[in-house]
Amino acid sequence: MSTFVASAFSTLKENFYNDFIVDNRWKWLLEGLGVTLQITFMATLLGIIIGLLLALVKVSQFHGRKIPVLSQLVDGYVLVIRGTPIVVQLLIIYYVIFASVAIDKVVVAALAFGLNSGAYVAEIFRAGIQSVDSGQMEAGRSLGLGYGMSMRKIILPQAIKNTLPALFNELITLLKETAVAGYIAVADLTRAGDLIRARTFDPLLPLLAVALIYLVIVALLTRVMRLLERRLARSDHR
Amino acid sequence: MITVEKLNKNFGELVVLRDISETIHDGDKIVIVGPSGSGKSTFLRCLNLLEVPTSGTITIDGVEITDPKVDINKVRSQMGMVFQNFNLFPHLTVLENITLAPIQLKLMNESQAKEKAKYLLERVGLMDKINEYPKRLSGGQKQRIAIARALAMNPKTMLFDEPTSALDPEMIGEVVEVMLELADEGMTMVIVSHEMGFARKISNRIFFMDEGVIVEQGSAKQVFDNPEKERTRAFMSKVLPR
Repeated sequence: MSTFVASAFSTLKENFYNDFIVDNRWKWLLEGLGVTLQITFMATLLGIIIGLLLALVKVSQFHGRKIPVLSQLVDGYVLVIRGTPIVVQLLIIYYVIFASVAIDKVVVAALAFGLNSGAYVAEIFRAGIQSVDSGQMEAGRSLGLGYGMSMRKIILPQAIKNTLPALFNELITLLKETAVAGYIAVADLTRAGDLIRARTFDPLLPLLAVALIYLVIVALLTRVMRLLERRLARSDHR
Repeated sequence: MITVEKLNKNFGELVVLRDISETIHDGDKIVIVGPSGSGKSTFLRCLNLLEVPTSGTITIDGVEITDPKVDINKVRSQMGMVFQNFNLFPHLTVLENITLAPIQLKLMNESQAKEKAKYLLERVGLMDKINEYPKRLSGGQKQRIAIARALAMNPKTMLFDEPTSALDPEMIGEVVEVMLELADEGMTMVIVSHEMGFARKISNRIFFMDEGVIVEQGSAKQVFDNPEKERTRAFMSKVLPR
Protein backbone atom coordinates (compact mmCIF):
# COMPACT_ATOMS: atom_id res chain seq x y z
CA MET A 1 0.00 0.00 0.00
CA SER A 2 2.62 2.43 1.07
CA THR A 3 4.69 1.60 -1.98
CA PHE A 4 1.65 2.42 -4.13
CA VAL A 5 1.25 5.84 -2.54
CA ALA A 6 4.96 6.42 -2.83
CA SER A 7 4.99 5.54 -6.51
CA ALA A 8 1.87 7.69 -7.21
CA PHE A 9 3.55 10.55 -5.44
CA SER A 10 6.75 10.15 -7.40
CA THR A 11 4.75 10.05 -10.69
CA LEU A 12 3.06 13.27 -9.65
CA LYS A 13 6.41 14.81 -8.88
CA GLU A 14 7.79 13.73 -12.20
CA ASN A 15 4.76 15.07 -14.02
CA PHE A 16 5.01 18.36 -12.15
CA TYR A 17 8.64 18.59 -13.21
CA ASN A 18 7.79 17.84 -16.85
CA ASP A 19 4.70 20.12 -16.90
CA PHE A 20 6.17 23.22 -15.36
CA ILE A 21 9.93 23.07 -14.94
CA VAL A 22 11.23 21.52 -18.17
CA ASP A 23 11.69 24.14 -20.86
CA ASN A 24 10.48 26.69 -18.31
CA ARG A 25 6.92 25.68 -19.21
CA TRP A 26 5.53 27.62 -16.24
CA LYS A 27 6.38 30.68 -18.27
CA TRP A 28 3.91 29.55 -20.92
CA LEU A 29 1.18 29.83 -18.33
CA LEU A 30 2.44 33.19 -17.17
CA GLU A 31 2.57 34.54 -20.71
CA GLY A 32 -0.85 33.01 -21.39
CA LEU A 33 -2.21 34.78 -18.34
CA GLY A 34 -0.75 38.02 -19.65
CA VAL A 35 -2.54 37.55 -22.96
CA THR A 36 -5.82 36.67 -21.22
CA LEU A 37 -5.60 39.78 -19.07
CA GLN A 38 -4.73 41.95 -22.08
CA ILE A 39 -7.70 40.67 -24.06
CA THR A 40 -10.00 41.07 -21.06
CA PHE A 41 -8.81 44.60 -20.33
CA MET A 42 -9.14 45.84 -23.91
CA ALA A 43 -12.46 44.06 -24.41
CA THR A 44 -13.85 45.50 -21.18
CA LEU A 45 -12.95 49.04 -22.21
CA LEU A 46 -14.39 48.56 -25.67
CA GLY A 47 -17.48 46.87 -24.23
CA ILE A 48 -18.13 49.73 -21.84
CA ILE A 49 -17.76 52.35 -24.56
CA ILE A 50 -19.99 50.47 -27.02
CA GLY A 51 -22.44 49.56 -24.26
CA LEU A 52 -22.78 53.15 -23.10
CA LEU A 53 -23.37 54.45 -26.62
CA LEU A 54 -25.96 51.76 -27.36
CA ALA A 55 -27.68 52.37 -24.03
CA LEU A 56 -27.87 56.13 -24.67
CA VAL A 57 -29.60 55.48 -28.00
CA LYS A 58 -31.98 53.06 -26.33
CA VAL A 59 -32.96 55.37 -23.48
CA SER A 60 -33.32 58.40 -25.70
CA GLN A 61 -36.07 56.40 -27.34
CA PHE A 62 -37.52 55.76 -23.89
CA HIS A 63 -37.31 59.49 -23.13
CA GLY A 64 -39.43 60.21 -26.17
CA ARG A 65 -36.56 61.49 -28.30
CA LYS A 66 -36.88 59.14 -31.22
CA ILE A 67 -33.85 58.41 -33.38
CA PRO A 68 -35.62 55.99 -35.74
CA VAL A 69 -32.91 54.38 -37.91
CA LEU A 70 -30.25 54.38 -35.23
CA SER A 71 -32.37 52.75 -32.57
CA GLN A 72 -33.37 49.99 -34.99
CA LEU A 73 -29.71 49.41 -35.79
CA VAL A 74 -28.99 49.12 -32.08
CA ASP A 75 -31.80 46.62 -31.59
CA GLY A 76 -30.46 44.59 -34.51
CA TYR A 77 -26.94 44.66 -33.12
CA VAL A 78 -28.02 43.43 -29.71
CA LEU A 79 -30.18 40.72 -31.30
CA VAL A 80 -27.35 39.38 -33.47
CA ILE A 81 -24.72 39.46 -30.73
CA ARG A 82 -26.92 37.86 -28.10
CA GLY A 83 -28.39 35.40 -30.56
CA THR A 84 -25.15 33.80 -31.75
CA PRO A 85 -22.33 32.00 -29.89
CA ILE A 86 -19.25 34.04 -29.06
CA VAL A 87 -17.01 31.39 -30.65
CA VAL A 88 -18.82 31.79 -33.97
CA GLN A 89 -18.51 35.58 -33.73
CA LEU A 90 -14.81 35.23 -32.99
CA LEU A 91 -14.26 32.92 -35.97
CA ILE A 92 -16.23 35.18 -38.31
CA ILE A 93 -14.30 38.25 -37.24
CA TYR A 94 -10.97 36.47 -37.62
CA TYR A 95 -11.53 34.38 -40.75
CA VAL A 96 -14.00 36.59 -42.62
CA ILE A 97 -13.68 40.21 -41.63
CA PHE A 98 -9.92 40.27 -41.00
CA ALA A 99 -9.17 37.43 -43.43
CA SER A 100 -6.78 39.42 -45.58
CA VAL A 101 -5.57 41.92 -43.00
CA ALA A 102 -2.32 41.47 -41.14
CA ILE A 103 -3.36 42.22 -37.59
CA ASP A 104 -2.34 40.98 -34.17
CA LYS A 105 -4.59 38.08 -33.18
CA VAL A 106 -4.76 39.39 -29.63
CA VAL A 107 -6.28 42.60 -30.98
CA VAL A 108 -8.76 40.61 -33.07
CA ALA A 109 -9.77 38.63 -30.00
CA ALA A 110 -10.10 41.82 -27.93
CA LEU A 111 -12.24 43.34 -30.66
CA ALA A 112 -14.50 40.28 -30.88
CA PHE A 113 -14.97 40.03 -27.13
CA GLY A 114 -15.44 43.78 -26.83
CA LEU A 115 -18.10 43.88 -29.54
CA ASN A 116 -19.81 40.97 -27.84
CA SER A 117 -19.60 42.43 -24.36
CA GLY A 118 -20.95 45.78 -25.61
CA ALA A 119 -24.35 44.25 -26.30
CA TYR A 120 -24.62 42.92 -22.77
CA VAL A 121 -23.22 46.06 -21.18
CA ALA A 122 -25.79 48.08 -23.17
CA GLU A 123 -28.59 46.23 -21.41
CA ILE A 124 -26.90 46.75 -18.05
CA PHE A 125 -26.54 50.50 -18.62
CA ARG A 126 -30.06 50.81 -20.02
CA ALA A 127 -31.50 49.19 -16.92
CA GLY A 128 -29.26 51.37 -14.75
CA ILE A 129 -30.34 54.59 -16.44
CA GLN A 130 -33.99 53.65 -16.24
CA SER A 131 -33.60 52.80 -12.57
CA VAL A 132 -32.93 56.48 -11.86
CA ASP A 133 -36.15 58.25 -10.90
CA SER A 134 -37.65 60.20 -13.80
CA GLY A 135 -37.94 63.21 -11.50
CA GLN A 136 -34.15 63.57 -11.67
CA MET A 137 -34.21 64.30 -15.39
CA GLU A 138 -37.17 66.66 -14.89
CA ALA A 139 -35.35 68.52 -12.13
CA GLY A 140 -32.30 68.94 -14.37
CA ARG A 141 -34.36 70.09 -17.33
CA SER A 142 -36.43 72.48 -15.20
CA LEU A 143 -33.20 74.21 -14.16
CA GLY A 144 -32.45 74.85 -17.81
CA LEU A 145 -29.88 72.10 -18.28
CA GLY A 146 -30.06 70.39 -21.68
CA TYR A 147 -30.85 66.71 -22.16
CA GLY A 148 -27.22 65.71 -22.72
CA MET A 149 -25.94 67.70 -19.78
CA SER A 150 -28.65 66.38 -17.46
CA MET A 151 -27.72 62.89 -18.59
CA ARG A 152 -24.02 63.46 -17.95
CA LYS A 153 -24.16 65.37 -14.71
CA ILE A 154 -27.26 63.94 -13.05
CA ILE A 155 -28.44 60.63 -14.49
CA LEU A 156 -25.25 58.78 -15.45
CA PRO A 157 -23.38 59.26 -12.17
CA GLN A 158 -26.32 57.68 -10.35
CA ALA A 159 -26.94 55.03 -13.00
CA ILE A 160 -23.34 53.84 -13.15
CA LYS A 161 -23.19 53.47 -9.42
CA ASN A 162 -26.34 51.35 -9.55
CA THR A 163 -24.90 49.17 -12.30
CA LEU A 164 -21.48 48.48 -10.76
CA PRO A 165 -22.33 45.01 -9.41
CA ALA A 166 -23.79 43.93 -12.76
CA LEU A 167 -20.88 45.45 -14.67
CA PHE A 168 -18.47 43.61 -12.47
CA ASN A 169 -20.32 40.38 -13.10
CA GLU A 170 -19.94 41.04 -16.82
CA LEU A 171 -16.20 41.57 -16.32
CA ILE A 172 -15.83 38.17 -14.65
CA THR A 173 -17.89 36.49 -17.36
CA LEU A 174 -15.77 38.16 -20.00
CA LEU A 175 -12.51 37.07 -18.35
CA LYS A 176 -13.63 33.46 -18.44
CA GLU A 177 -15.16 33.68 -21.92
CA THR A 178 -11.80 34.68 -23.36
CA ALA A 179 -10.80 31.05 -22.76
CA VAL A 180 -12.15 30.31 -26.24
CA ALA A 181 -9.64 32.70 -27.84
CA GLY A 182 -7.56 29.59 -28.59
CA TYR A 183 -9.97 28.91 -31.46
CA ILE A 184 -8.06 31.50 -33.48
CA ALA A 185 -4.75 30.24 -32.09
CA VAL A 186 -4.25 33.02 -29.59
CA ALA A 187 -1.91 31.77 -26.87
CA ASP A 188 -4.06 32.73 -23.92
CA LEU A 189 -4.01 31.05 -20.53
CA THR A 190 -6.28 28.14 -21.46
CA ARG A 191 -4.41 27.54 -24.68
CA ALA A 192 -1.09 27.55 -22.79
CA GLY A 193 -2.33 24.88 -20.40
CA ASP A 194 -3.59 22.83 -23.28
CA LEU A 195 -0.25 23.13 -25.10
CA ILE A 196 1.54 21.78 -22.03
CA ARG A 197 -0.95 18.89 -21.89
CA ALA A 198 -0.25 18.09 -25.55
CA ARG A 199 3.47 18.16 -24.95
CA THR A 200 3.64 16.07 -21.74
CA PHE A 201 0.49 13.94 -22.15
CA ASP A 202 -0.46 14.86 -18.59
CA PRO A 203 -3.90 16.52 -18.53
CA LEU A 204 -4.30 16.74 -14.76
CA LEU A 205 -1.74 19.25 -13.54
CA PRO A 206 -1.72 21.78 -16.43
CA LEU A 207 -5.50 22.09 -16.58
CA LEU A 208 -5.79 22.19 -12.80
CA ALA A 209 -3.20 24.96 -12.77
CA VAL A 210 -5.15 26.89 -15.42
CA ALA A 211 -8.39 26.53 -13.46
CA LEU A 212 -6.66 27.64 -10.27
CA ILE A 213 -5.22 30.74 -11.93
CA TYR A 214 -8.67 31.83 -13.23
CA LEU A 215 -10.09 31.24 -9.78
CA VAL A 216 -7.44 33.32 -8.06
CA ILE A 217 -7.89 36.20 -10.51
CA VAL A 218 -11.66 36.20 -10.03
CA ALA A 219 -11.23 36.06 -6.25
CA LEU A 220 -8.85 39.03 -6.40
CA LEU A 221 -11.23 41.01 -8.62
CA THR A 222 -14.09 40.26 -6.24
CA ARG A 223 -12.06 41.71 -3.41
CA VAL A 224 -11.30 44.86 -5.36
CA MET A 225 -14.99 45.22 -6.19
CA ARG A 226 -16.01 44.90 -2.53
CA LEU A 227 -13.56 47.64 -1.57
CA LEU A 228 -14.81 49.85 -4.37
CA GLU A 229 -18.45 49.35 -3.40
CA ARG A 230 -17.70 50.15 0.22
CA ARG A 231 -15.94 53.34 -0.81
CA LEU A 232 -18.82 54.45 -2.99
CA ALA A 233 -21.27 53.70 -0.22
CA ARG A 234 -19.26 55.93 2.10
CA SER A 235 -19.35 58.91 -0.25
CA ASP A 236 -23.08 58.32 -0.43
CA HIS A 237 -23.60 58.71 3.34
CA ARG A 238 -26.05 55.84 3.27
CA MET B 1 -46.29 88.19 -18.03
CA ILE B 2 -47.38 84.76 -19.13
CA THR B 3 -50.18 84.49 -21.66
CA VAL B 4 -51.79 81.13 -22.27
CA GLU B 5 -54.03 80.80 -25.29
CA LYS B 6 -56.28 77.89 -26.19
CA LEU B 7 -54.03 75.42 -24.42
CA ASN B 8 -54.95 71.78 -24.99
CA LYS B 9 -53.18 68.69 -23.74
CA ASN B 10 -54.07 65.08 -24.46
CA PHE B 11 -52.36 61.94 -23.25
CA GLY B 12 -53.38 59.61 -26.07
CA GLU B 13 -57.17 59.44 -25.88
CA LEU B 14 -57.32 61.15 -22.54
CA VAL B 15 -58.05 64.87 -22.70
CA VAL B 16 -56.37 66.56 -19.75
CA LEU B 17 -56.53 70.27 -20.59
CA ARG B 18 -59.29 71.87 -22.70
CA ASP B 19 -58.87 75.22 -24.38
CA ILE B 20 -57.37 77.05 -21.43
CA SER B 21 -56.78 80.76 -21.99
CA GLU B 22 -55.39 82.76 -19.11
CA THR B 23 -52.97 85.56 -18.25
CA ILE B 24 -50.53 85.53 -15.35
CA HIS B 25 -49.17 88.97 -14.48
CA ASP B 26 -45.81 89.80 -12.96
CA GLY B 27 -46.05 89.55 -9.20
CA ASP B 28 -49.14 87.34 -9.29
CA LYS B 29 -49.35 84.64 -6.67
CA ILE B 30 -51.67 82.09 -8.13
CA VAL B 31 -52.76 78.98 -6.32
CA ILE B 32 -54.38 76.31 -8.45
CA VAL B 33 -56.83 74.13 -6.58
CA GLY B 34 -59.18 71.41 -7.68
CA PRO B 35 -59.90 67.69 -7.40
CA SER B 36 -57.20 65.18 -8.35
CA GLY B 37 -57.12 64.46 -12.06
CA SER B 38 -58.44 67.92 -12.86
CA GLY B 39 -55.28 68.86 -14.80
CA LYS B 40 -53.69 71.22 -12.23
CA SER B 41 -50.23 69.70 -12.36
CA THR B 42 -50.35 69.23 -16.12
CA PHE B 43 -51.23 72.90 -16.56
CA LEU B 44 -48.34 73.92 -14.33
CA ARG B 45 -45.94 71.59 -16.15
CA CYS B 46 -47.01 73.02 -19.49
CA LEU B 47 -45.83 76.45 -18.34
CA ASN B 48 -42.18 75.33 -18.55
CA LEU B 49 -42.85 72.71 -21.21
CA LEU B 50 -42.11 69.70 -19.02
CA GLU B 51 -45.31 68.68 -20.74
CA VAL B 52 -45.53 69.67 -24.37
CA PRO B 53 -48.97 71.09 -25.18
CA THR B 54 -50.98 69.27 -27.83
CA SER B 55 -52.13 72.62 -29.18
CA GLY B 56 -52.30 76.26 -28.17
CA THR B 57 -49.65 78.81 -27.34
CA ILE B 58 -47.85 80.01 -24.24
CA THR B 59 -46.13 83.39 -24.44
CA ILE B 60 -43.74 84.63 -21.77
CA ASP B 61 -42.71 88.30 -21.90
CA GLY B 62 -43.41 88.40 -25.61
CA VAL B 63 -41.61 85.14 -26.45
CA GLU B 64 -43.84 82.36 -27.68
CA ILE B 65 -42.23 79.40 -25.89
CA THR B 66 -44.42 76.84 -27.63
CA ASP B 67 -42.66 77.76 -30.89
CA PRO B 68 -40.30 74.82 -31.59
CA LYS B 69 -37.54 77.26 -32.60
CA VAL B 70 -37.34 78.78 -29.13
CA ASP B 71 -34.40 77.70 -26.93
CA ILE B 72 -36.42 75.99 -24.22
CA ASN B 73 -33.44 75.61 -21.91
CA LYS B 74 -33.12 79.36 -21.73
CA VAL B 75 -36.81 79.76 -21.00
CA ARG B 76 -36.65 77.15 -18.27
CA SER B 77 -33.59 78.71 -16.66
CA GLN B 78 -35.76 81.75 -15.91
CA MET B 79 -38.54 79.69 -14.34
CA GLY B 80 -37.79 77.83 -11.14
CA MET B 81 -39.70 74.66 -10.42
CA VAL B 82 -40.24 72.93 -7.11
CA PHE B 83 -41.56 69.36 -7.11
CA GLN B 84 -43.69 67.37 -4.74
CA ASN B 85 -40.92 64.80 -4.31
CA PHE B 86 -38.11 67.40 -4.06
CA ASN B 87 -35.98 65.68 -6.70
CA LEU B 88 -32.73 66.75 -5.11
CA PHE B 89 -29.69 65.15 -6.73
CA PRO B 90 -28.69 62.42 -4.27
CA HIS B 91 -25.13 62.06 -5.54
CA LEU B 92 -24.33 65.73 -4.90
CA THR B 93 -23.96 67.69 -1.68
CA VAL B 94 -26.41 70.44 -0.80
CA LEU B 95 -23.93 73.03 -2.09
CA GLU B 96 -23.39 71.12 -5.35
CA ASN B 97 -27.13 70.72 -5.82
CA ILE B 98 -27.52 74.48 -5.72
CA THR B 99 -24.48 75.44 -7.78
CA LEU B 100 -24.70 72.76 -10.51
CA ALA B 101 -26.96 74.59 -12.94
CA PRO B 102 -25.56 78.14 -12.57
CA ILE B 103 -22.02 76.83 -13.11
CA GLN B 104 -22.81 74.42 -15.93
CA LEU B 105 -24.83 77.04 -17.77
CA LYS B 106 -21.97 79.50 -17.21
CA LEU B 107 -24.20 82.08 -15.56
CA MET B 108 -21.77 82.32 -12.66
CA ASN B 109 -18.25 81.18 -11.97
CA GLU B 110 -17.62 78.78 -9.15
CA SER B 111 -17.02 81.33 -6.43
CA GLN B 112 -20.00 83.48 -7.44
CA ALA B 113 -22.24 80.40 -7.45
CA LYS B 114 -20.91 79.42 -4.05
CA GLU B 115 -21.58 82.89 -2.64
CA LYS B 116 -25.10 82.81 -4.04
CA ALA B 117 -25.67 79.34 -2.59
CA LYS B 118 -24.50 80.47 0.83
CA TYR B 119 -26.78 83.49 0.70
CA LEU B 120 -29.74 81.30 -0.25
CA LEU B 121 -28.94 78.68 2.39
CA GLU B 122 -28.84 81.45 4.96
CA ARG B 123 -32.26 82.57 3.78
CA VAL B 124 -33.85 79.13 4.03
CA GLY B 125 -32.08 78.58 7.37
CA LEU B 126 -29.96 75.60 6.33
CA MET B 127 -26.44 76.99 6.27
CA ASP B 128 -25.28 74.19 8.56
CA LYS B 129 -26.27 71.56 5.96
CA ILE B 130 -24.13 72.99 3.18
CA ASN B 131 -21.88 69.93 2.89
CA GLU B 132 -24.48 67.27 3.67
CA TYR B 133 -25.92 64.83 1.15
CA PRO B 134 -29.70 64.93 0.64
CA LYS B 135 -30.16 61.52 2.29
CA ARG B 136 -29.32 63.08 5.62
CA LEU B 137 -32.03 65.74 5.41
CA SER B 138 -35.65 65.70 6.56
CA GLY B 139 -38.43 66.24 4.03
CA GLY B 140 -38.90 69.85 5.04
CA GLN B 141 -35.19 70.52 4.76
CA LYS B 142 -35.06 68.84 1.35
CA GLN B 143 -37.86 71.02 0.05
CA ARG B 144 -36.21 74.19 1.35
CA ILE B 145 -33.00 73.15 -0.42
CA ALA B 146 -35.02 72.48 -3.58
CA ILE B 147 -36.41 76.02 -3.37
CA ALA B 148 -32.91 77.41 -2.86
CA ARG B 149 -31.69 75.39 -5.85
CA ALA B 150 -34.38 76.90 -8.05
CA LEU B 151 -33.73 80.42 -6.74
CA ALA B 152 -30.02 80.12 -7.54
CA MET B 153 -30.91 80.66 -11.19
CA ASN B 154 -32.46 84.05 -10.38
CA PRO B 155 -35.79 83.05 -11.92
CA LYS B 156 -38.52 85.54 -12.69
CA THR B 157 -41.24 83.03 -11.97
CA MET B 158 -41.46 80.11 -9.57
CA LEU B 159 -43.65 77.08 -10.19
CA PHE B 160 -44.57 74.86 -7.25
CA ASP B 161 -46.12 71.45 -7.86
CA GLU B 162 -47.75 70.42 -4.58
CA PRO B 163 -44.68 71.48 -2.60
CA THR B 164 -46.00 70.36 0.79
CA SER B 165 -47.93 67.22 -0.17
CA ALA B 166 -45.11 64.79 0.56
CA LEU B 167 -44.22 66.36 3.90
CA ASP B 168 -45.03 65.25 7.40
CA PRO B 169 -47.45 67.76 8.94
CA GLU B 170 -44.89 69.22 11.35
CA MET B 171 -42.62 70.11 8.43
CA ILE B 172 -45.14 71.96 6.31
CA GLY B 173 -44.73 75.16 8.30
CA GLU B 174 -41.04 75.65 7.56
CA VAL B 175 -41.60 75.31 3.81
CA VAL B 176 -44.67 77.54 3.80
CA GLU B 177 -42.72 80.19 5.69
CA VAL B 178 -40.03 80.29 3.00
CA MET B 179 -42.69 80.56 0.30
CA LEU B 180 -44.51 83.38 2.10
CA GLU B 181 -41.26 85.32 2.33
CA LEU B 182 -40.69 84.80 -1.34
CA ALA B 183 -44.18 86.08 -2.07
CA ASP B 184 -43.56 89.18 0.07
CA GLU B 185 -40.55 89.99 -2.09
CA GLY B 186 -42.75 90.15 -5.14
CA MET B 187 -41.83 86.88 -6.85
CA THR B 188 -44.32 85.70 -9.45
CA MET B 189 -45.56 82.35 -8.19
CA VAL B 190 -47.83 79.65 -9.54
CA ILE B 191 -48.60 76.99 -6.97
CA VAL B 192 -50.59 73.79 -7.14
CA SER B 193 -51.69 73.03 -3.61
CA HIS B 194 -54.24 71.24 -1.47
CA GLU B 195 -53.50 73.44 1.54
CA MET B 196 -56.50 75.74 1.55
CA GLY B 197 -55.38 77.84 4.51
CA PHE B 198 -52.01 78.42 2.86
CA ALA B 199 -53.68 79.17 -0.48
CA ARG B 200 -55.82 81.85 1.14
CA LYS B 201 -52.80 83.40 2.81
CA ILE B 202 -50.37 83.53 -0.09
CA SER B 203 -52.56 84.04 -3.15
CA ASN B 204 -53.85 87.11 -4.88
CA ARG B 205 -55.73 84.84 -7.30
CA ILE B 206 -57.11 81.34 -7.07
CA PHE B 207 -57.72 79.14 -10.10
CA PHE B 208 -60.26 76.43 -9.48
CA MET B 209 -59.75 73.67 -12.05
CA ASP B 210 -61.96 70.71 -12.85
CA GLU B 211 -61.97 68.34 -15.81
CA GLY B 212 -59.27 70.22 -17.69
CA VAL B 213 -60.73 73.72 -17.51
CA ILE B 214 -60.35 76.66 -15.16
CA VAL B 215 -63.91 76.69 -13.89
CA GLU B 216 -63.61 79.80 -11.82
CA GLN B 217 -60.96 82.26 -10.78
CA GLY B 218 -60.61 85.28 -8.58
CA SER B 219 -59.46 86.23 -5.10
CA ALA B 220 -59.58 83.62 -2.37
CA LYS B 221 -62.51 85.49 -0.86
CA GLN B 222 -64.49 85.15 -4.06
CA VAL B 223 -63.59 81.62 -5.04
CA PHE B 224 -63.49 80.07 -1.58
CA ASP B 225 -66.23 82.00 0.18
CA ASN B 226 -68.59 83.11 -2.58
CA PRO B 227 -68.14 80.75 -5.51
CA GLU B 228 -70.39 81.44 -8.47
CA LYS B 229 -70.29 78.06 -10.12
CA GLU B 230 -72.01 74.99 -8.77
CA ARG B 231 -68.92 72.81 -9.33
CA THR B 232 -66.76 75.20 -7.32
CA ARG B 233 -69.31 75.26 -4.51
CA ALA B 234 -69.44 71.45 -4.40
CA PHE B 235 -65.66 71.19 -4.21
CA MET B 236 -65.23 73.92 -1.60
CA SER B 237 -67.91 72.42 0.63
CA LYS B 238 -65.83 69.23 0.72
CA VAL B 239 -62.41 70.74 1.34
CA LEU B 240 -62.95 73.90 3.37
CA PRO B 241 -63.36 73.67 7.12
CA ARG B 242 -66.72 75.00 8.23
